Amino acid sequence: MKLIIIDYGAGNIKSIQFAFKRLGVDAILSNNIDEIKTADKVIFPGVGEASSAMKMLQESGLDKIIPTLKQPVLGICLGMQLMCNFSEEGNTKGLGIFDVEIKRFSNAVKVPQMGWNTVSNLKSALFTGVKEKEFMYLVHSFYAENCKECIATTTYETAYAAALQKDNFYGVQFHPEKSSLAGEQLLKNFLELQTNN
Amino acid sequence: MLTKRIIPCLDIKNGRTVKGVNFVNLIDAGDPVILAKQYAELGADELVFLDISATLEGRKTMLEMVLKVAEQVNIPFTVGGGISSVADVDLLLKSGADKVSINSSAIKRPELVNELAEKFGNQCVVIAIDAKQIDGEWIVHLAGGTIPTNLNLFDWAKEVEARGAGEILFTSMNNDGTKAGFANEALAKLSTELNIPIIASGGAGTVQHFIDTFKIGKSDAALAASVFHFGEIAILDLKQALEQHNIPVRI
Repeated sequence: MKLIIIDYGAGNIKSIQFAFKRLGVDAILSNNIDEIKTADKVIFPGVGEASSAMKMLQESGLDKIIPTLKQPVLGICLGMQLMCNFSEEGNTKGLGIFDVEIKRFSNAVKVPQMGWNTVSNLKSALFTGVKEKEFMYLVHSFYAENCKECIATTTYETAYAAALQKDNFYGVQFHPEKSSLAGEQLLKNFLELQTNN
Repeated sequence: MLTKRIIPCLDIKNGRTVKGVNFVNLIDAGDPVILAKQYAELGADELVFLDISATLEGRKTMLEMVLKVAEQVNIPFTVGGGISSVADVDLLLKSGADKVSINSSAIKRPELVNELAEKFGNQCVVIAIDAKQIDGEWIVHLAGGTIPTNLNLFDWAKEVEARGAGEILFTSMNNDGTKAGFANEALAKLSTELNIPIIASGGAGTVQHFIDTFKIGKSDAALAASVFHFGEIAILDLKQALEQHNIPVRI
């Protein structure tokens, strides 16, 4: 299995690489377009600020490539948010894969949301073996609204999309690489998804 | 519902855990990686590693430790102690730390908080504040709580929030080491006046102290060392007690 973690300069990707290593898979860090296109599975990570991360994607031409990928792609945290239409963070236009906007939590709650919260209404093969109301680790100030592509919800101020799926594209707001056994199960499920590339 | 976090804290010197740790039968209680794995399995929500090495060599060893922890542990962890520059943080995050905790360096040069938040995002910037209540006023202290500054706890906490801190780790010097409970009045004030998560530290001795800091102190997380290391409180028992008191926890 050729698993690529897109390395475009955004955030701590070591932890994701280590999480796959614990599952016995050596993930390759790369920003090489040909290598990404020919991978069996692609991880699209991201930590930090949306507009600067988007800028880094544009500089490497990855913003054009990612939406055309045919194999399973998993966006994590900011990666998931960048796969959406638009983010209020830095008024950033996203990749437009998921038809939803990213909003900021209001100051009625503490921002960022930091810690373990439950995921419910689980709908995809990505969650095979993960029980309803399982805990996942989240750190974020912006969220995807509940929408038709939502495959898991979490509640913080409001019920929002903790995970999204459209065709071969998957996105999770939480950090599976830091979410103990439940997170490992999800990454394992992603590895077992069928590849159509 | 977002749960309250329980965070064991490990003091590290030259890559080894300091003081005895004695809560289960471990082959090597001085190995922080083995301990971290054990805590993750026992239900800790996060871990904090505090580097108390005073030498350059010790710091290098710390980086190696961070890499090993990231390799083997599947819950988030924060690294603190002696971090004073953007370059220090860059190395720690690249080695796999999820967050860094900054204390004295932020007091000496507050702009560091802005620089870190801008470069790495506020989610990974924890500001640790040691404060002592003197004649009714909470005064921020430097160097492990030994040197008083002219900063007021609440003013300083609000300033670092405005500069981009993602979280506050507040240690009360009055409570630390007493095992008589957390400084819940000050914690509740911090939690009400700020809009970022507050971690309570200093004073944990009994399960009731944790219940109180979440209920009365409005803390988002509670950090402790010796009660966990010496097996006085088992994390699972603690979480079950918290749940019985309607405090949301991850079990």
